[in-house]
Amino acid sequence: MLDKDIKKKAINPKDKSNAQNIPLDKIFKALTFTASLGVILLLGFIIFKLFMESALSVEKFGFKFITSMEWDPVKGEFGAGAYIFGTIVSSLIAILIATPVSVGIALYLTEIAPPWLSTPVGFLVELLAAIPSVIYGLWGIFVFVPFIRQYIQKPIGDLFGWIPLFSGPPLGIGMLSAGLILAIMIIPIITAISRDIISSVPTLQREGAMALGATRWEVIKYAILPFAKSGILGGIILGMGRALGETMAVTMVIGNRPEIKASLFAPAHSMAAVIANEFTEATDDIYLSALIEVGLLLFLVTFIMNGLARFFIWSVARGPKGGIRQ
Amino acid sequence: MEKVIQVNDVKAWYGSLQTLKGISLEIFKNRVTAIIGPSGCGKSTFIRCLNRMHEVVPGAKVEGKILINKTDIYSSQVDPVEIRRKIGMVFQKPNPFPTMTIYNNVASGLKLNGVKNKRVLDESVEKSLRRAALWDEVKDRLNHSGMSLSGGQQQRLCIARALAVEPDILLMDEPASALDPISTLRIEELVQELKEQYTIVIVTHNMQQAARISDYTAFLLNGELIEYDITENIFTKPTDKRTEDYITGRFG
Amino acid sequence: MSEIQNQYAKRYKPRKIINYLMLTIMLLSTLLALIPLFSILTHIGISGIKALDLQFITNLPAPVGEPGGGMGNALVGTLVLVSLAALMGIPVGVLTAIYLSEYQQTGLFPSTVRFVADSLLGIPSIVVGIFVYLIIVLPMKSFSALAGGVALGIMLIPIVIRGTEGMLKMVPDSLREAALALGMRKWRVIVSIVLPTAIKGIITTIMLGIARVAGETAPLLLTAFGNHFWSTKLDQPIGALPLQIFTYAISPFDEWHNQAWAGSLLLILVVLFLSIIARLATRGNKLN
Ligand SMILES: Nc1ncnc2c1ncn2[C@@H]1O[C@H](COP(=O)(O)OP(=O)(O)OP(=O)(O)O)[C@@H](O)[C@H]1O
Ligand SMILES: [Mg+2]
Repeated sequence: MLDKDIKKKAINPKDKSNAQNIPLDKIFKALTFTASLGVILLLGFIIFKLFMESALSVEKFGFKFITSMEWDPVKGEFGAGAYIFGTIVSSLIAILIATPVSVGIALYLTEIAPPWLSTPVGFLVELLAAIPSVIYGLWGIFVFVPFIRQYIQKPIGDLFGWIPLFSGPPLGIGMLSAGLILAIMIIPIITAISRDIISSVPTLQREGAMALGATRWEVIKYAILPFAKSGILGGIILGMGRALGETMAVTMVIGNRPEIKASLFAPAHSMAAVIANEFTEATDDIYLSALIEVGLLLFLVTFIMNGLARFFIWSVARGPKGGIRQ
Repeated sequence: MEKVIQVNDVKAWYGSLQTLKGISLEIFKNRVTAIIGPSGCGKSTFIRCLNRMHEVVPGAKVEGKILINKTDIYSSQVDPVEIRRKIGMVFQKPNPFPTMTIYNNVASGLKLNGVKNKRVLDESVEKSLRRAALWDEVKDRLNHSGMSLSGGQQQRLCIARALAVEPDILLMDEPASALDPISTLRIEELVQELKEQYTIVIVTHNMQQAARISDYTAFLLNGELIEYDITENIFTKPTDKRTEDYITGRFG
Repeated sequence: MSEIQNQYAKRYKPRKIINYLMLTIMLLSTLLALIPLFSILTHIGISGIKALDLQFITNLPAPVGEPGGGMGNALVGTLVLVSLAALMGIPVGVLTAIYLSEYQQTGLFPSTVRFVADSLLGIPSIVVGIFVYLIIVLPMKSFSALAGGVALGIMLIPIVIRGTEGMLKMVPDSLREAALALGMRKWRVIVSIVLPTAIKGIITTIMLGIARVAGETAPLLLTAFGNHFWSTKLDQPIGALPLQIFTYAISPFDEWHNQAWAGSLLLILVVLFLSIIARLATRGNKLN
C-alpha cells in the first residue's frame, strides 16, 4: 500500500463524498429513466385523448365520415371526404414534384459538385426547411400564387383548358398552388435523407463501377441508386407525412373550399386547414368531436408513414456497435 | 515476495462469446508483469477484469475470483468505483479529456472525487507530472488544452492523470502502441522508474518490449494462460511449445 | 483495336451525351430549388424593411388607418412561449437522450423511446394543438400562454432527444472509460466529462429546435390564440409573431399586408439567426 500521508490527503476526503454519491448515481439514472418513460406516456396520452374525444363522431358517423362530403355544422352532419381528398391530392402533387428534384439535388451535391460548392449549396437547401410555414403562406399569397396564375395557369388553360385537369378559371389560389408550395417545403427533407443515404454508399461500389469504365451517370445508375433506393423511399415517405400534416401554408393558398373538382386549378380544402379554421369556433360537442376525428385520422396516417419511413431508412443503414473501442 | 493480485479461475464473456477461459495467476508487488499474446487472445479483456472495467461493456460478464490485497473485488459488497479509484489505468490510445486543460486533466480524478484544496491539487499535479516525466515540457502551459500536446505527451499526460489518484497498481493496455519509437522509449523508461512505487501490469504486442521492461511475463492464447513465469525464463527457456512458437515469431 | 474495344468506342458517344444530360438535369434541380429560397428572402427583405422600424418592435398593433402600429406584444409573446417551451423541452429531451446514450442503448425500451420520439417529430403540429387544447385549454376554460408554451414544448422534446443523443454518441467511449477508470461515479462521468465534451453540439441542436418551434403557427391557433394587447400572464391568451403574421396576411388591407411582411422579416431574422449560428457552430466544431 501507499504511504499513509498521501492516503489521508487524497483518498479520505473522496471516501466521504463517496458515501453521499451512491444514492446520487441511482437518483440520476432514475431521473433520466423517468424522462424517457414520460416521453412514451406522452405519446400514449395523445393517442388516448384523440380516440376518447373523437368517439362521439366516430360512433355517430362511422365509416361514412371518410367518404361523405357533407360537412354541415348547422345540421350536425359531418363527413370529411372533401378535406381528405384535398389533403391527399395536394400531397401527391408535392411528392411527384419534390421527389425527382430532391434526388437530383442530393446526387448533385454528393456526386458532382466539388466540396467548396456542395457545402454552401447544401446549406442553402437546408435553409428552406428553416423558413416557418406561415412565411411560405405569406409568400404564397402575394408572390407565388400570382406568378402561378399568370405564367402557369393562364398559358396551360389557354392550350389545354379542354382537359378537365386544367379546366376552369385561372384563380391562382387552389389545389395546384398548394401542392407546389408543399413540394418546395418538403424538398429539403427528402434531399437531406437522400444525401445521407447516398453518401453512405461504400466507395468500393463507386470505384468498382468506375473501373469498368462507367460514366458518372452510369456510376450513379448502377452503383449508387440501387444501393440507396430504399433509403430514398424512406425519405419520400417522410416528406409525404410532412406534406399531409402541413397546415398554415396550405390553408393560405388552397382556397379553403370543401369541394372535389377534377381541375387542379380549382380551390380545395384540407384536413389540417379545416381544423385550423373551424376548431375555435366549434361550439357543440359533435362539431368539436368531428374536427378531432379529422385530427385523429391525420395523426394515424402520419404515424404509419413515419413507421414505414423508419423501416426503409433503417434497412439501408448500419450494423451494431462492437469491440472494445479504445 | 508479496502477492498483490491473485487471479483465480477467471472467465469472461462478451455476450455469448467467451474470451477468457479460466485464468489463474499471481501478480507481485513492485514488479512489472507483461501480458503478451496474439491479437484477440484476450489480453485487454484480462487487464480490464482487474479493475472491473470489463463489465462496463454492455452484455459483458465475468466469473471467478480476483483478490487484490486480499479483498475479493468481485464480492457483492465491493463497489467497483472504489476498485477503479485504487487502480490506475492507461489505455492504448491517449485519451485526455478534451474539454479540460492539462492541469485539470491531471487533477480530474481528485477534483471529481471531491478534493477541493488548491494546495493539495497543485502539489499532486506537479508530483504526478514529474513522475510521468512530463513536467518540464508542460509546466509553462498548464492552462492549455490537453489536446494541444503531441501523441506521446498526451499519453504521458494520461499516465500522470492515472498517477494523481495515488493508485498502488497501474494497468497499462498497450500504452505505447500508438506512439513513435522515441515516445515509446520514454514510456518504457517511465515504467522502469514507476515500478519502484507501483505494481504494474502492462499489455504489449511487442515482445522485445516485454523482454526489456518486465519482470514477469504471461502468455495468453485464445483466452487461456499458456505460460506464466519470470520474463527471462519465458524468453530463454519456455516450457510450452506454443510459447516458443510465439516468441520466435513462428505464429500469429 | 479489338472488336470489343471498337464497339466500346462506337457506343461511347451516346453514353457521354446521356451522361451530360443527366448531370445537367441534376444541376438544374438544384438551381430550381434555390429560386424559391431567394424569392422568399428577397421579398421579405424588400417588403419587410419598409415597415420595420423601432416603433414596429415596441408598439402594439394599431387599427387599420392608424399609423404607428407594431408587433411589440407579439414579439414578447413569442419570447414567452419559446421560453416556456424551452423550460419544458430541454430538460425532458436532454435527460431522455442521456438515458438512451449512457444507460441503455439497445433493447425494447430504448427502441420504443426512439420510435416514440420519431413519431412525435412527425405528428402534424395542428394535432399537437388539438391535444393541448383538450388537456389545458378546456379544463382552464381559457386559451393561454401556458397552453401555447406546452404545445411548443411537446414539439421541442423529440428534436432535443434525437439531436442530443446524436451528439452524446459522438463522444468517444475511451473518454468514458478513462473517467470510470479514475474511479468516477457514472453520473459524475456523464455530468463532468460526457456532457461538457458534447455541449457545443447539444446547444446547437437546442437552438435549431427552438428556431423551429419559434416559427410554429398552427398549434398556437388552438392554444395561445393571440392577443392584441400587452400580456405576459401565463393563464391568458398571448400574442405571437407567427399568429400576428397570419392574421395580417389573410386580412384585406394593404397596410396590414405590409405589417405582415415586416413581421416576417422580424421572425425570419430570429429564426435564421438561430439556425445559421447553430449550423456554423457544428460545421466548424466536429468532435475530433
Ligand atoms: N466489446 C466487445 N464485444 C464483443 N466482443 C468483443 C468486444 N471486445 C473484444 N471482443 C472480442 O473478445 C476477444 C478478446 O478481445 P481482446 O480485446 O481482449 O483481445 P486482445 O488480446 O486485447 O487483442 P488486441 O491485441 O488486438 O488488442 C476478441 O475475439 C474480440 O473480438
Ligand atoms: Mg487489446
